[in-house]
Amino acid sequence: MANLIKTKRGLNIPFNGRPIEMIGNFTPSRDYALIPDYFHGITPKLLVKEGDEVQAGSPVFYEKQFPEIKFVSPVSGKIKAVNRGERRKILSIIIESDEKMTYKTCDKIELSSLTADEICAHLQEAGIWAFIKQRPYDVIANPTQKPRAIFISSFDSAPLAPNNDYVMSSQMVDFQKGIDALAKIAEVNLGIRAGKKTPFSQVKNAKITEFEGPHPIGNVGIQINQIKPVNKGEVVWTINPQDVLFIGRYFNRGIVDLSRTIALTGPSVKSPQYYQTVICGNIESIVKGNRIGSNTTHRFISGNVLTGTQVAGNGFLDPYTTQITVMEEGNTIHELIGWGMPRFRKFSMSRTFFTFILETKLMRKLFGNMKYKWDTRLMGGRRAIIMSNEYDRVLPMDIYPEFLFKAMITGNIDKMEALGAYEIAPEDVALCEFVCTSKLPLQQIVRNSLDLMKKELE
Amino acid sequence: MSNKLRQYVDKLKPHFKKGGKLEKFHSVFDGFETFLFVPNTTSKNGTHIHDAIDSKRTMIMVVVALVPALLFGMFNVGYQHYLAIGQEVGFWDQFLFGALAVLPLIVVSYGVGLGIEFVIAQIKGHEIQEGFLVSGMLIPLIVPVDTPLWMVAVATAFAVVFAKEAFGGTGMNIFNVALITRAFLFFAYPTYMSGDVVWVRTGTTFGLGEGQVIDSYSGATVLGQVATSTAPAANLTGIIGNPLGFWDGFWGLIPGSIGETSAFAILLGAAILLITGVASWKIMTSVFAGGAIMAMVFNAIGPDTAAANFEWFNHLVFGGFAFGAVFMATDPVTASRTEKGKWIYGFLIGVMAIVIRVLNPGYPEGMMLAILLMNIFAPLIDYYVVEANIKKRLKRAKTN
Repeated sequence: MANLIKTKRGLNIPFNGRPIEMIGNFTPSRDYALIPDYFHGITPKLLVKEGDEVQAGSPVFYEKQFPEIKFVSPVSGKIKAVNRGERRKILSIIIESDEKMTYKTCDKIELSSLTADEICAHLQEAGIWAFIKQRPYDVIANPTQKPRAIFISSFDSAPLAPNNDYVMSSQMVDFQKGIDALAKIAEVNLGIRAGKKTPFSQVKNAKITEFEGPHPIGNVGIQINQIKPVNKGEVVWTINPQDVLFIGRYFNRGIVDLSRTIALTGPSVKSPQYYQTVICGNIESIVKGNRIGSNTTHRFISGNVLTGTQVAGNGFLDPYTTQITVMEEGNTIHELIGWGMPRFRKFSMSRTFFTFILETKLMRKLFGNMKYKWDTRLMGGRRAIIMSNEYDRVLPMDIYPEFLFKAMITGNIDKMEALGAYEIAPEDVALCEFVCTSKLPLQQIVRNSLDLMKKELE
Repeated sequence: MSNKLRQYVDKLKPHFKKGGKLEKFHSVFDGFETFLFVPNTTSKNGTHIHDAIDSKRTMIMVVVALVPALLFGMFNVGYQHYLAIGQEVGFWDQFLFGALAVLPLIVVSYGVGLGIEFVIAQIKGHEIQEGFLVSGMLIPLIVPVDTPLWMVAVATAFAVVFAKEAFGGTGMNIFNVALITRAFLFFAYPTYMSGDVVWVRTGTTFGLGEGQVIDSYSGATVLGQVATSTAPAANLTGIIGNPLGFWDGFWGLIPGSIGETSAFAILLGAAILLITGVASWKIMTSVFAGGAIMAMVFNAIGPDTAAANFEWFNHLVFGGFAFGAVFMATDPVTASRTEKGKWIYGFLIGVMAIVIRVLNPGYPEGMMLAILLMNIFAPLIDYYVVEANIKKRLKRAKTN
């Protein structure tokens, strides 16, 4: 029987617009964009030029420091444009799809005959390596370092996150194959949702741990910390469950198939549901005509509301995301005397709003669930850290977050190291940022500090 | 109404922007605008949604929690006055007298404190921070009613400049600002502040409440009586010689600093703070526990003085103990910031307060000094709590 780990720390944010379990029809995007900035920390070196024909799986650029790590085109077609910014930095590579999806073929590979190093080489050449991330630093895995273990969380607990059981139940063969490949490199740990029937509980070749609790329990970083935290000098790998499918398809069928089911979610979506698409596509054809209130300004997020990236209404998905969220921007709202009004439709983890009374079991029985109104305002001014014990309540890790953040703000690398910076990724502190009374940009602080540490220590 | 107001604010706004003719007052304008309207800045990166709480809401909760103590304090000032001059008047007359006596203190405290904050925010080009909303209300509640206004003004200015802004403003201060005000008053004007004359207003307020003090009047506070008592058990009396006991301290119709006399009103405030979760229940409980235990120790094995023999339950309701435990010790900025640390921090405040009360003959009230002392130690306590976590992490790395 699998181990069970429970925690009460965390917070499930009541956010409406959960996707129904249905695959929607849409005209697939014509343009796809590889945006190097989404692959954090790499320096791209181009392998193609404008006008070149590419197949799905053809390399487009490689990483300067480790030239063996390739980044490939998700579709077949033509390189439409290479957009550059200041100092010729590559901003994006636009690929126009020929809508045929011809794959770059290679011989079918027999997994059982491969060594760990050969598997890594295959993944690097196929462009799937980019989906393997490492702790510390939360960047694409360094190919020269052997991982202590590989961690995968089979479920996503973020607001409105897609249900991986639904998305992947028909693809468990590919998933199992991906796990088999990874298990040859290092021990694979798979986190599953406790007390729920899920296809992931049948996965072989992996050490399964059950997790119970509110968000961020589905974050792989939390699961690593609960199972066996990352120590100084160690490296562990993490990979999103949907990306394990890429590995599985590669070893099952010999092609780089980067297609993915993403969920369109959020309070401003008319019919939130799933769409079958390919990574890095344009969101316009998915979100257009599926929005509520054409007069309000909307925000489109590639990802969930806590960790996602804001994109334009015709922007491109980031390669790691499995979700699009659409919500109201709210920059024209002027709320009178926010510090004194009851504000019944505002959510707060604190109990300084009446909603906490309405959230109690009795009130919910009488009046039903609360419907909150969300927008993207900070809801207050930025301050120095005032309240204590806010972050601790939403970060189920053996870490003193406030002290870690203070070390990060002051750029004290020794302190960061001592306080657990190796164990943390920006996504893990997203809830801390959400509840912060002082409205500090904690994910940005963590990201910058991890980059600083990597630069100084490697 | 809201729309009209917004239009008006929008009309004024350009004048305060860079290049506008009132650019100098940009921070002040900002302060008033965010006071009226929730700022509509949206997140650019990071989380796209935020909890509705902000520091204004938090601070206002504390001010709301102070209201019972304030209202009771106002009434008590009037009650004590008319008791002292031997006149019987109705509730509203007593309240009016007290309110008129207390209001100038509030006005001076807020006026001086906020004035300095506005100026400094403007010089630094910062937003105005709302920390003083709480300090400004605490200050009038912890001073005796007859403290001259100019003293309050000087002390407030000193505290805001040297205890707060010198350290970097709200959230950066090491000492509780309101307590520094009180400490300044005590140490700068000792002859005035430690006598028996400041606790009850015997004179008039704006011409109200004229009368002669009755013969048996004495303005000493309970703790003052305990400290000066030569007998091993103090004979506690009110200002006209009426005997006092635990319940008088609990309900609070006794002389003392304006907001500190009624443990009952303070507990109402404590309930608000705990229900809203703004203050730490761990600190509050452990302060009371520390005080009770230390006082019991003195009761049992202490020296044979009136202070050591003062019953432990009386220690908790007389003087500034309850007020300090509920409103001062729980100030999140100056308290311990780790959960384990909070237990230790609160407990030691309780212990220190009683130790100072009992063993220090010069100063009958130990709460203020105990909290200020533990403000210094709070970072040290946190240091050891966090260090334990660091050691654990190092050990884990080594065993692998």
